[in-house]
Amino acid sequence: MGPTQGRDALRGRDPLRPIRLFALFFRVGALNELQYRANLAVQLFESLLALGTGLAVLGLVFGQTTNLGGWSQSELLAVMGVHILMGGVIKTAIQPNMERLMTDVRQGTLDFILTKPEDAQVMVSVREFRIWQGVDIGVGAIVLVVAVAQLRGGIGVGVGLIFAGTLLLGAVMIYCFWLLLTTTAFWIVKMDELHELFEGIYQSGRWPVTIYPGWLRISLTFLVPIAFAVTVPAEALTSRLTVETLALAAAFAFGLLLLTRWFWRLGLRNYSGASA
Amino acid sequence: MTTATAPTLGSGPVAAIRAWAGLYATQMRIAILSQIQYRVSNYFYMIGMVAEPVIYLVVWSTVARQQGGEVGGFTPGEFAAYYIVWTLVRNMNIALTPYAWEERVRGGELSGMLLKPVHPIHLDLAGLAGWKAVVILLWLPIAAFLSLIFQPTLAISPIDVVVFLVAIWGAYFLRSMFLWLLGLVTFWTTRVGPVFSIFFTAELLLSGRLVPMSLMPDWAQQLAGYLPFRWTFSFPIEALIGKLPPDQLLGGLGMQLLWIAIGATLVAVSWQLAVRRFSAVGG
Repeated sequence: MGPTQGRDALRGRDPLRPIRLFALFFRVGALNELQYRANLAVQLFESLLALGTGLAVLGLVFGQTTNLGGWSQSELLAVMGVHILMGGVIKTAIQPNMERLMTDVRQGTLDFILTKPEDAQVMVSVREFRIWQGVDIGVGAIVLVVAVAQLRGGIGVGVGLIFAGTLLLGAVMIYCFWLLLTTTAFWIVKMDELHELFEGIYQSGRWPVTIYPGWLRISLTFLVPIAFAVTVPAEALTSRLTVETLALAAAFAFGLLLLTRWFWRLGLRNYSGASA
Repeated sequence: MTTATAPTLGSGPVAAIRAWAGLYATQMRIAILSQIQYRVSNYFYMIGMVAEPVIYLVVWSTVARQQGGEVGGFTPGEFAAYYIVWTLVRNMNIALTPYAWEERVRGGELSGMLLKPVHPIHLDLAGLAGWKAVVILLWLPIAAFLSLIFQPTLAISPIDVVVFLVAIWGAYFLRSMFLWLLGLVTFWTTRVGPVFSIFFTAELLLSGRLVPMSLMPDWAQQLAGYLPFRWTFSFPIEALIGKLPPDQLLGGLGMQLLWIAIGATLVAVSWQLAVRRFSAVGG
């Protein structure tokens, strides 16, 4: 087997290769963070404080009213659970990778990725994991369990599966959104405030997007896919999800993946390296 | 920098005031020139920041409409006024983040600051005041846009405007003192995150940043009376939107002054203790 064939075998022939890379980097990232176990306590504290604040806000709102835009307190608790859980996924796996990519583009160290015999987009997307941030995934899941227990009748297996599917679609869309924005770093080099911008906008997902005025609701659906990432999974849990919405979510996720791939390649062509 | 040494060289009160003004003007000019270069970055920051009050505004306007047009003494139009003024007050309130101290101490930047003949807090106060000039400029179109969409109701009298213009600077100095004080915790422990989080959570709930204080439970309102937070958020906002009678306007300015004095005293004392614990490694 010549070197070219070997390269092909590495790149294209094995569809599971991105998943293996993902698992490998996850293990390295986990081992790295396991050195700093005290950070788990700090993260746990921060997550609980944030949860307490969120519950206090819900308490304040429902001290004044019995429903908000047609959502009851338990239903909004479910929205909050999805919001915390998805926030945990973003901070564990998506945002750290994108921030590293930004630094690499600015410093020219992206060269080291581009010279490796793997797909560059896969590589930049799976390199970093902050496992302690995963505490929010656990906290979100617990809030969800409490919320579902409060909902009349709980949920069946079918609803559970649809919920998991919408969560996955949501995570894919948020990943695409982050990568699209980060790819603009190939043109605009200083993007330090990007995570502030995203965190600010992400907070809007704490409430169902249906309460926002029309222009904002549309922006939070198609411009920043927070509706798909948080509200749609919560709709699945609270018997609000229609087949049309589900199909739209799947189609939009697929379209966004293609767009992101195209834009990433366009950006790469614009990358000139720094010192190399 | 000649102006930085002037405060110690000046003779007589006029020369001293001129020297201090020169120091602040120079620091502000440097900050304006450096921040104006990062317009995109600053706009990202501001849009991210505006999201927070817009969310609160939408939620509470919805509640008010559902409750027959008013909740906690606020109509949707008054909520709009509250949270649009909020965006300016929030910008004015931005002081040196306590998280900056870790880098200052570890990176040795503090060593350089200690060599200057003025207390480092002046460099921070002046630098961030200059950044505000840029921020206010960028804020104007955002405020116009928000007003167009959310239709605020304002009942402003001239005295409200005058008090507001003083109060936003009072709020800036007040919050700067307490964040500086908080940052000094870094000299005693490296695990500062939880301490800062508790502070910011208390501030969020007890300052009027999250909701107007009239919507908080009574015990929380009473607790807030003993803390500095409400004088940095709810007081300047309510002053401008015409929610406060004249005696409360003046009383509020007095409370700001009192808390600035307390904060400045604590900063002076803690700084003396903190700097003794500092050993430089470079810079």
